[in-house]
Amino acid sequence: MVRLIVNRLLLSIVLVVISSIAIFFLMSLVPGDPARSILGAAATPDSIERLRQQLGLDQPLLAQYGSWLLGALRGDLGESVFTGDQVVTLILARVPVTASLILLSTLVIAALGTALGLLSAVRGGVLGKVLDVVSLVGLALPSYWVAILLVALVAVALRIFPATGYFAFADDPGRWLLGLILPVAALSLGGVTIVAKQMRDSAMDVLARDYIRVLRATGVRESSIVLKHVLRNSALPSLTVVGLTVVGSLTGAVFVENVFVLPGLGTLVTQATTSHDLPVVLGVGVFFTLFVIVVNLAIDLLYGVLNPKVRVS
Amino acid sequence: MSAKSPRAMSTGLFRRVLRKPLGVVSGVVLILIVGGSLAARWIAPYDPLAQDFSIVKQGPSAAHLLGTDSLGRDILSRLLFGGQESLGGVLVAVVTMLIIAIPLGILAGYVGGLADRIILRVVDVLLSIPGTIITLAVLAIFNNSMFVAMVSVGVLASGAFIRVFRSAALSVRQELYIGAARVAGLGRLRIMAAHVLPQIRGVLLVQVTLFSAATLGIQTGLAFLAFGPPPPAPTWGGMVAEAASLIQSSPWLLVPSGGIIAVTTLALCLLGDALRDANQERFTLAGLERGARPVRAGAGAVLVPDAATVPDADREEALAPNPDALLSVRGLTVGFGAPGRETTAIQRVDFDIRPGEVVGLVGESGSGKTVTALALLGLLAGNGRITGGSIRLAGEELVGMSNAELRTVRGARIAMISQEPMVSLDPSFRVGYQIGEAIRAHERVGRAETQRRTRELLASVRLDPAVADRYPHEISGGMAQRIAIAMALAGRPELLIADEPTTALDVTVQADILDLLRTLQEETGMAIILVSHDWGVVADLCSRAIVMYAGEVVERAAVSEIFAAPRHPYTAALLRSNPHGARPGEPLPTIGGAVPPPHEWPVGCHFAARCPLATEACRQAPIDMAHLPGHRSSRCIRIDALAAELSEVAS
Repeated sequence: MVRLIVNRLLLSIVLVVISSIAIFFLMSLVPGDPARSILGAAATPDSIERLRQQLGLDQPLLAQYGSWLLGALRGDLGESVFTGDQVVTLILARVPVTASLILLSTLVIAALGTALGLLSAVRGGVLGKVLDVVSLVGLALPSYWVAILLVALVAVALRIFPATGYFAFADDPGRWLLGLILPVAALSLGGVTIVAKQMRDSAMDVLARDYIRVLRATGVRESSIVLKHVLRNSALPSLTVVGLTVVGSLTGAVFVENVFVLPGLGTLVTQATTSHDLPVVLGVGVFFTLFVIVVNLAIDLLYGVLNPKVRVS
Repeated sequence: MSAKSPRAMSTGLFRRVLRKPLGVVSGVVLILIVGGSLAARWIAPYDPLAQDFSIVKQGPSAAHLLGTDSLGRDILSRLLFGGQESLGGVLVAVVTMLIIAIPLGILAGYVGGLADRIILRVVDVLLSIPGTIITLAVLAIFNNSMFVAMVSVGVLASGAFIRVFRSAALSVRQELYIGAARVAGLGRLRIMAAHVLPQIRGVLLVQVTLFSAATLGIQTGLAFLAFGPPPPAPTWGGMVAEAASLIQSSPWLLVPSGGIIAVTTLALCLLGDALRDANQERFTLAGLERGARPVRAGAGAVLVPDAATVPDADREEALAPNPDALLSVRGLTVGFGAPGRETTAIQRVDFDIRPGEVVGLVGESGSGKTVTALALLGLLAGNGRITGGSIRLAGEELVGMSNAELRTVRGARIAMISQEPMVSLDPSFRVGYQIGEAIRAHERVGRAETQRRTRELLASVRLDPAVADRYPHEISGGMAQRIAIAMALAGRPELLIADEPTTALDVTVQADILDLLRTLQEETGMAIILVSHDWGVVADLCSRAIVMYAGEVVERAAVSEIFAAPRHPYTAALLRSNPHGARPGEPLPTIGGAVPPPHEWPVGCHFAARCPLATEACRQAPIDMAHLPGHRSSRCIRIDALAAELSEVAS
């Protein structure tokens, strides 16, 4: 188990370095001059030269990466080309919003998806069919479109929840939660249905296993069969899917934050992309990569806890 | 064209998709949407950019089927032209993904080794890069070019698909004909291109449709965030963004723009599902055809039947339930499938088990032994149910009992051990915990008492108490079967159903388990139904045998009598094909043909088609059980002919 964690951590460090190289060298792929494409057609040779120096583009690529990496290790991801603010400061100010959004939606996806999937595997019939239809619709409807609809219906027409905006948890936990209900709903819909579907498939698979029949033949209560044995064994494949949906909800968060005008990393990176603010885009990229690695590590650890075969070997 | 060529198989795939209504509808919808976008220039009723401020934000009308937007532009025309951008973007991403993922996936799966390891590492990296950010970075660098953005979407997604194609290629690699091609000297590249690629075509089509659905979401999402072609140009995502800004004044705008995206995605998902189902059917059908072949009975210890243990009185079995019997089964019939349209799996099954008696239930695969055993516990799989007859346990009727009532029978009065010990234990729990669960299912006992009894049960199946702390994957098959027996004994049952308890075990372990069962039977005095196809095992343990064929009991007799003189041609044939009785140098006789599946059961004798003694009378009407002297019975009207034939062979 300890070896598994150490192995995973080592691999994660390698992954951070490799993916930072990947992100960084992407810049070198730009045809022509990045400074020119950042500043657009109206740029003067002077301003382009200034930006080149500012971005360190006048140095060799390896040196550029070296200084960027050294900076990154010291927690310095450069400055915004657009506003001149420290990228790290910009990002840290917005992390709580995106973190709240993703944390809540992960909880909703895991809890609701597992419960619905297990229920429809055991009860089958109508609930299974409803789940099929809802999951298809959930997959087919883009999350930003669902978000718009939610804003239109619930927030604007019915005036139940605030349509847009964000309140810090520390300031007012009640309004924090209330303001996040709609964004989390929009962000979770797809994930809930995907996890529920996976959970149902694996629960049905487990229910057909010999050991379930043996437990029944031994007279073990159906409720304890379902809640202990079926849940435990079908949690493994579902866990992988939860991990994938959490990673995927980063993409969803970009869209949902834009619709609900939440000041998170998603809106930050969208604005930065529109204004060609590369250091900010790369900085958010590094944060997202770290997030993905942390999620994957957590999933691996949970896997080890749930699966005795992994734990022992 | 040969029926086995890859092309024929893939036309089979398409034909199967065509049989699925949802698949067909989705395909037609997609063709209409793609075709409409391609032909937008000719079929669009208006110029997508033509503004008309006299008809701003109108609902659907005859002139404008889907209404007009805030600048009076025709929405249908804008959707048709917008599809070119959105679907084109999807195409770019799909092609990019395939160009990368197919060769690398097949290389990793088929060649394996170092190439596999390197590719998998790269895939790990690709998967941990947040795709959205890269795509946004690409958009920032490449001046809002949707084309480059979609290429990067394809590159980033290729990681996941390399894995999919790798595992597909990996499974193809195991196939025999690939080995044959390799032996025939075909180069690796040729094998990969000519044999592996066509085989993974099914998986490929499924993945392409599902990936297209996901990519359409990304493409329209980016357009929604105002990336890609700038405003006057029509894009699906851009139209959603426009609608969003006008949500208060004209909510209708959200319908066609979101609708076209939803319908296209839905059609892609449904088509993907249909393709996946069709692809799976292809493999299951192939598997079924391979599975059917004549089965040779018997394998196990050589034994001379013991003539001393002949039980008495069971001629009444076909009539009323036997009040003296522990278990009395009468006319038991089981059907599978929807009520009213069931396929009968076993019918008119009658037998008795007396307290403490060990009875063999014998027959080939498909004869209905296991279904009978499961029916006794009310544990028929999925859509199976008892459609007639009675099961009395010490006079109490089990048929019609609720699950809650049956729970007091299962384990406590009738217990079961199954064929595959390794899969009859839950891999996620320690074996001691599972035995404890079996104990607590019947008695309210504390922790210490549960542990004490667990140790006791482990000792009774001759296992070290330390085994309790192990997980199922840490013990051998023989140990697993002992654990399963311990679980079955936990409720102190009066009857143990042992469904082929030694079939999956090594020969040396088989004898130990049979020995253990015999000892436990003597110690506890419980009755045992031993389901088996192995005459050696039956002769070793059982006093009586019940022979089943194609869902019916065909013969019941003392084991010694059956060996001496079978009274049903099927029993005779089954005994002849027993390898223990074979003469050296002569081919082992097998029973020609196979057990007919339930839907092919004839009106008359089920065995008639494979029986050398069958006459016209055998095929005319159902055969009843005939009661013979010596408390035995046989479902045969040619018993005299069989007896004559057997005595001829003997002399």
